[in-house]
Amino acid sequence: MTDLNTLGLAEARDALRAGETTAVELTESCLKAIDAADALNAFVHKTPEIAMERAAAADVRLRAGDAPAMCGLPIGIKDLFCTRGVPSQAGSRILQGFLPEYESTVSQNLADAGAVMLGKLNMDEFAMGSSNETSTYGNAISPWRRGNDDAALTPGGSSGGSAAAVAADLCLAATGTDTGGSIRQPAAFTGTVGIKPTYGRCSRWGIVAFASSLDQAGPMTKSVRDAAIMLEAMCGHDPKDSTSADLPVPDFEAMLSGDIKGKTIGIPREYRMDGMPGEIETLWSQGTDMLRDAGAKIVDISLPHTKYALPAYYVIAPAEASSNLARYDGVRYGHRAKLAQGDGITEMYEKTRAEGFGHEVQRRIMVGTYVLSAGFYDAYYNRARKVRTLIKRDFENVFAEGVDAILTPATPSAAFGLGEMTDADPVQMYLNDVFTVTVNLAGLPGISVPTGLDSQGLPLGLQLIGRPWEEGDLLNTAYALESAAGFVAKPGKWW
Amino acid sequence: MSIDQTTAARVAKLARIKVEEDALPALAAEFNTILGFIEQLNEVDVDGVEPMTSVTPQRLKRRADVVTDGNQQAKVLSNAPDAREGFFAVPKVVE
Repeated sequence: MTDLNTLGLAEARDALRAGETTAVELTESCLKAIDAADALNAFVHKTPEIAMERAAAADVRLRAGDAPAMCGLPIGIKDLFCTRGVPSQAGSRILQGFLPEYESTVSQNLADAGAVMLGKLNMDEFAMGSSNETSTYGNAISPWRRGNDDAALTPGGSSGGSAAAVAADLCLAATGTDTGGSIRQPAAFTGTVGIKPTYGRCSRWGIVAFASSLDQAGPMTKSVRDAAIMLEAMCGHDPKDSTSADLPVPDFEAMLSGDIKGKTIGIPREYRMDGMPGEIETLWSQGTDMLRDAGAKIVDISLPHTKYALPAYYVIAPAEASSNLARYDGVRYGHRAKLAQGDGITEMYEKTRAEGFGHEVQRRIMVGTYVLSAGFYDAYYNRARKVRTLIKRDFENVFAEGVDAILTPATPSAAFGLGEMTDADPVQMYLNDVFTVTVNLAGLPGISVPTGLDSQGLPLGLQLIGRPWEEGDLLNTAYALESAAGFVAKPGKWW
Repeated sequence: MSIDQTTAARVAKLARIKVEEDALPALAAEFNTILGFIEQLNEVDVDGVEPMTSVTPQRLKRRADVVTDGNQQAKVLSNAPDAREGFFAVPKVVE
């Protein structure tokens, strides 16, 4: 048998149930791979004791024929999820030493489904970033390289540790979160699958908040089938999150027929950006052909407010962040600055937040503070919320015309080198999310599927956007695209 | 709209983040880059458009207004940088 850590969820599940391996063996294989991959800086808090304990418990259930959906499957958890008794820092210095007394609903759902937690994964600080370069733990490194060039590349962000860990086979799958593209962009950069479900599918309870009206959790996996299995285990109604949808969760895996005959796929003309690399353009038209060949009807569509999605996002997300991150005051948890003689409570707040937050987080909090401040609230925040209504309406219009899913590039380029964007202004980095951010603003499900390699051998992904609550149908379309693309490339092991 | 150093300092104060005097010019410049990008929103005709309050049309669920939790003082305080006698401790607030 191949190295067990290289398996996907579905293959490992089937092997476990056939008695060909055990959860303990699978887990040991992943823990060994993790310990040999410190160079990737993906796992930032390892939890081997918890993993082995859960694996042993899973083997008991497997032997008893009482195995839930993810029984014995080893996964990584993004550091944004609060996990009881295990460091949960959101990649920030301000939460150094924080040990939650509770477990996030999503990680609890996964544990209840029998999944084995291997540890916590690196990420951009408070999920603010597109390259995992704003983390207090340092950069996560992509297992992929450009040909024989040994320059370190970004795995994307903010779920960079999750993407690197899945691509490098350190775990079978991982959780991510996506506020503007933080699951789909890193998935595209690392040749993995990532789905952000409809807003409200996954409970946000116990996930450190960034922008509450945009944040959603989702799985990052090695295949579309694995994404279907893990998403089903993650989601479901939660009374502890008032925005969690009280809707039945379908059997997503059972919906993977690969048959998309008669489906209508929209190709939005506004996503054809000036200066888009030829390789992305080619990939997009190849993906269109694959879906057409599979029997789908391809139509050109227009989403006229696309151009305004990023600027609207960079009002709404910082505004919500400035409010959410007000809780980090040095009083209840996390870091408190050392105070000088005579310092009062205001100095404590100001010094604590200056020391605890990194540069990008500080910048976004202050932008959010500004757009919400008296005199600017209407001009910026309310205007952005109106534009958001228009962006959502664009999607509603095309869905009403019979479009089942929308195909776009996932990212405007392949992965870039770590440090390459250091001198760029912040807006240049924000452009990474140009194709993904519309989906968060409209609350829709979106999935990134690895579809090809660029001329330097780096993965490229396409994004499919679905109707609200129709993740099952979206996953099936993604499954058809995955089958047609036949992406099998893996990074060569150098670490 | 251009942000000067005085405005940058005021925003930092509102956000309760200490920014050293010599860092203000760079901060103001970054704000201006971001706000310049955001200015594009002025091109959009938003007359008669409702600002979005909820991305999904569902009504928020209600629950009975009753106590569902409690008696967890030790857990609540377990992560405090400074907890004394069952309370969070902070520098003197009132003179």
